Order: sequence, then C-alpha cells, then structure tokens
Amino acid sequence: MGHLIANAWLRGLVHGALLITVLMTAVAWISWFERKFAARVQSRLGPTMVGPAGLLQPIADAFKMFQKEDIIPRGADSLLFRLAPPLTLFLSLATAAVLPIMPGMLASDLDIGVLYALAFSGLLAFPIWVAGWSSANKYALLGGMRMVAQGISYEIPMVLCALVPVVVTGSLSLSEIVKYQAAHHWLVFWPPGIGVIAFVLFFTTALAESNRIPFDIPEAESELVAGPTTEYTAIRFGLFASAEYAHSVVSCALASALFLGGWDGPVLPPSVWMLLKTAALFVIVTWVRWSLLRLRSDQLMALCWKYLVPVSLALVLGAGAWVYVVG
Amino acid sequence: MASTAAVSSKARASSTEASLTPTRAFVPDPYLDLATYAAAADLLTLSLGPQHPSTHGVFRVVLYLDGELIVKAVPHVGYLHRGVEKLCEKLSYSNVTPILDKNDYVAPMCNEQAANMVFEQLLGVEVPLRAKFVRTLLAELQRIASHLLWLGTFAMDLGGALGGGTSVFMYCFRERELILDLFEELTGCRFHYNTHCIGGNRHDIPAGYPALVHQSLDLIEARLLEYLGMLEHPIFRDRTRGVGTVDAELALELGLTGPLLRASGIDHDLRRDAPYHVYDLLDVNVICDDGGDCYARYKVRLQEIAESIRLSRLLIDNLPAGPICSTKPLSGVTQFKITSGQAYVAIESPRGELGTWLIAGGKGMNPYRMKLRPPSLHALAAVPYLFPRHTLSDAVAILGSLDPIMGEADR
Repeated sequence: MGHLIANAWLRGLVHGALLITVLMTAVAWISWFERKFAARVQSRLGPTMVGPAGLLQPIADAFKMFQKEDIIPRGADSLLFRLAPPLTLFLSLATAAVLPIMPGMLASDLDIGVLYALAFSGLLAFPIWVAGWSSANKYALLGGMRMVAQGISYEIPMVLCALVPVVVTGSLSLSEIVKYQAAHHWLVFWPPGIGVIAFVLFFTTALAESNRIPFDIPEAESELVAGPTTEYTAIRFGLFASAEYAHSVVSCALASALFLGGWDGPVLPPSVWMLLKTAALFVIVTWVRWSLLRLRSDQLMALCWKYLVPVSLALVLGAGAWVYVVG
Repeated sequence: MASTAAVSSKARASSTEASLTPTRAFVPDPYLDLATYAAAADLLTLSLGPQHPSTHGVFRVVLYLDGELIVKAVPHVGYLHRGVEKLCEKLSYSNVTPILDKNDYVAPMCNEQAANMVFEQLLGVEVPLRAKFVRTLLAELQRIASHLLWLGTFAMDLGGALGGGTSVFMYCFRERELILDLFEELTGCRFHYNTHCIGGNRHDIPAGYPALVHQSLDLIEARLLEYLGMLEHPIFRDRTRGVGTVDAELALELGLTGPLLRASGIDHDLRRDAPYHVYDLLDVNVICDDGGDCYARYKVRLQEIAESIRLSRLLIDNLPAGPICSTKPLSGVTQFKITSGQAYVAIESPRGELGTWLIAGGKGMNPYRMKLRPPSLHALAAVPYLFPRHTLSDAVAILGSLDPIMGEADR
C-alpha cells in the first residue's frame, strides 16, 4: 500500500496520535482566528492582551476552563451528564481517522472510509441529545430535541451528496477518491454541474451537522440560553466547545477530500494543500457565521426535506446516469 | 361552540391566571383552552425569563409548549419595579427630572421632556422658541439612537449572540455612539442627561455644534444602507414576515402606540396629530405599514430613523436665536410650587405615547400624584395574543419587535 509505517496497528496509533495533537492544537488557534475574524467583521479589535495580537488567548482560555467550578446540577443524570462531553469530542475526533492528509498518511485506510466518516459525524447528535436530556433543564431538553431532529434530517442529504463522488469514483475509500481526483478531475468540477451542486449542498449540510449559524438552532442562545450545554460549566463546557470546532474542521477537511481533490495540487507539498483547502473552507464557514441570522427550526426542516433531499437525490441519479453514459 | 366556551371558561376559572382573562370578543381566548389537551403533562411549562438573554431586561413570560409550539403565554411584569411614581411624590418639582431619566433608559430625553412639559403647563410657564427647537432636536436624535439600539437587539434576538446578529448589533451601537457623543458634547452626560428644566433647557447649543450634528447624521444615513445589506436577505424575511401579526383592531384595543400602531396600519403620530414643541412648524411624514408583523415593525422603525435624520437636519439648520430658558436658574427646591390642578401631557417617544399625568395638591412642594403611561407596558399586553400558535424562536422575535423597555414598563 506504500504507507510510511508498515504495521497497521502501529500506523493507526502513531497517525491517530499525530492527528489528534494537530487537530486539538488547530482547534485552539482556530478559536483565536474566529475571534479575530469576528472582531474584524464587527469593527472591533478582538483579543489583544494575552501575547502578541492575543495569540496566547486560547491557552489562557484553557486555563480558565480548568479552573472554573465544575457543577453537576441536582436532579441531573450524573453518569450521562459526565459522559456526554468526552463522547462528543471523541466522535468529532474519530471522524478524522479516515482523512487522507497526504499520500500514505492516514490513521486508518478503511475500505468504507466515506461511510465511516458520515456514520461518526451522524452519531454526533446522540451525545448532544444525551447532554440535553441528562441536564434536567428544559432549555437543554429542547435544544437536545432540536439537535436530534436536525442531525437526523441533515444526515440524509449529506450522505446523498457524498454518494456523488462515490458513484463517480466507484470507491468508498477516501484515499481512493482523492487518488482518483489527483489522476483525473476534482470532483467539484466532475461531472460538470452535478459536482459543484453536490459540493455546495454537502458543505451546507455539513454546516448544519456541525451546528454553525445559520443552522445553530440547537444552541440558539437567544432562545435556549445555550441549548444542550446550558448546565455545563468549566472544562466540560470546554470539551463541547472544542468538539464543535473540531467537528467543523473535520467537516471542512472531509469536503475538501471528497470534492476539492484533497492533497492534490501543484508545487506545494500535498499536506500543505490539504491544510490550505480545509482552512479556506473554514474561513467561509466563519464568514457565514458572522454574517447571517439563524433559521427557525421548522424552516430548517422545510429546507431540508422539501429542497435539499430531492435535489441531492436527483444529483445521485444524475451522477449515476453520467457514469452509465460517459463512463 | 357554546359548550367549548363553557369548558374553556371553567378551565380558566380554575386556572391561577384567571385575573388576566382578556375581554376581546373576536379572539375568544388567547390563553390556552387547557380542556383540549388530554393531560396537563402534554405541555411543557417553560418560564422564559426573568434571567433570559432575550427578554430585554427582567421580563418573565410563562410559556406552555406543545413541542416547540406555544399554546399559551402568561406574561409577568414588575421585576424592575422601583416605585418611581411614589418617589416622585416625595421629590420637589425640580428634582423629578433626573429620576425619570432612569425610566425609559433607552430614550431618557423623552422622559425628561414629558415631565417638564406637564410642570410647565400647570405653572403656566412659557418655553422660549429656541428651547423648543432644541427639545425637538434632542427628541429626534434620541429617536434615532433608540431605534438603532432596537435594531441591534432585534437582530441579536434573531441571529444570536454568536453570529450575524451580533455584527448588526455592533454596527448599530457604533452609530448610536455618535448620537451619544452629540449628547455628551451638549450636556456632559452620555445617558442620564438632566438637561431639561422647567421653562426650557439647562444647556444651550455650543458653537460648532450644528457642524457636528450634520457630520454624525451624514455618517448614520450612509450606514443605514449597510444594515439593509446585512438584514435584507431571505433568512431575515422568513423569520419576520407573518410572524406576530397585530391587526389594527387588536392594536387599538390594547392601546398600542408608536411604531407598533403604525406598523398595524393606523396612521397616528402625536408629533403630527397633537403637535408639541415645534412639530407644528415641521411637516412630519408619518410612516405606516399595513403588515402588522415583525417585518412591518422593522420597516417602520428603519424609515423613522431616516425621517428623524431629515427632521434633525431641518431643526439644527433653522435654530432661532434667543434665550434657552425662561425661568431663573434654580435657587432652591422651593422655587416652583404648584398648589392645585391636574394635567396630562402625552408625547411621541420612540416607543409610542409616553404620557405623564400630574395631580398637584397639598402644600405644592411636590406632586400629589404622578402617573406615567409607558408605551412599553401596553406593548407587553400584546404578548398573550401574539405568542400562541408561534414557536419558541418566533416568541423571541416577537418580543424583540415589540421593543419593550422594562425600566419604563415596571417603573
């Protein structure tokens, strides 16, 4: 297979550890980036005090999170309440296992990589629902219910859109899909028209999956205070926050692997291309977040079931027809 | 039909909120007919507020939710009750003004004006023309600032504290700062001005002030387009159109005033219909909309900002020379005495009809009774009518569009 480390277990361990380290570090400074970006959007300065240009702010934030009082509400289901934050982070990070960072470097080269990634990001609704349920708080409960409804609904168009690359390349393995793109076309351009719509829809639904505005109705702080995380404090809340960022980043990476050719690109080394594409998508996510308002939950459902699902079904059909006719 | 009414009235009688039963005939019962639900356990009782990010202060409304859908809403006011009216009875007439600043803390200028106008009416004090111009100017600038704050908080209700809503909020506050800077330049205060006194104003327009006003207004006018750019997109329209519709009849019955009334299609504005200050010299365009929903209220307020900008320019350009105050500077609390009589003065505050009813009496040192009519309280009366049949998200949008200021609602 041409991997750098021959033993699959060892490879998984090393790459997994590397990936988690990189991701969690990235998440810390992505929070800095988002704060700076939001500040620029809103004609503010953002963090400036901790370190040069506030660069050490994430570290200060982490220290703060660890110091704060850890509160488990009376009446909460203590076990589930404590289980939810690490589970959320675990699922966010586990999705990253099949991401091809560069040729021959991924934690686990699964044959069903696409399925695995989508399954894990789909499962993410579960621990957030658990958090909402176990908090013994009505706002949290409502947020959890919204999360389940939204997660399940948006899973469908997301999977359908991810099927387009699968149909075209004939493989469920993410590394194979990227290799196909390096050898032939980026799937955002191929099949012409279908690819770009599938990419946009996949990206949109991934946005909804990772609870970003305009789809952050489970959290909806103006309605539900903080949604499922209302009762969480200290590092348990911090885990939720970093899980959300991690999931956003992984979704962006997944979108660039599926549609934007992954590590494929001229001149620069492959891993840099992968990072650049992911970062570019994340900038768009951030930009959207700080520009748009939030949809209402029933409008969100209507958007999903009335428009996104039929369109993505048509896309899969179109991709199939394209493969059948053109090959 | 008759049996349903009987059941619902029975359910209502057994409910603890029986005293809040509305009388409006064509909305039979804005409160839930609890009899239609198999068991009370079907409903989630959610106490929204008083510590909630979107209740604009300490307002509490108990929601009965069927899933996300509100079937009944019971508002509770009074968390910010400070006994202002009672306090006024203990203060001398010249000391009342700064207390009323804290009432509608988003438009303090209008509170001051209403109180001083009612004192002047009973004392028979004439206000010089220049002071009238300055008062009108301050009222219009205050309207711009107040509507800007409303727009910002409304966007935040729709878009959350961590998203596009905050961006609009920040822009609005940036422009509101310009107005507050103008007020600071004039009065030395950014918020609680105490600039109006019996017989005129305390602070005269300083040299170079008109240029500052023009500069700020030009900037705000140009940036109004930015708000449109941020807000006029399908998400905003979907969230506000057809949400929380107040028809003209309901608006009249509840005593809604100001932008809420005009957004329901009733052409009423005290600035034109019962002019005070120098509004009779100005040709005020009253902005109306037939929609009655959140979107209509947004449109009315946004156009009112533009109209206030126009009026402010006219006022500052045509400022007459002359004295700013007709009474002697305050020498002591006994300077003004009203021994008898009563008067009601209503002005058009940014939120609607702000009324002050004064009954003088006793030794004449302080008001015998001072009754304030806050437009926000009447706006909140619409909550039980507007919330049912909407989702929780809509409730937040509707409450935001009503623009309640709890400081004046609770007094």
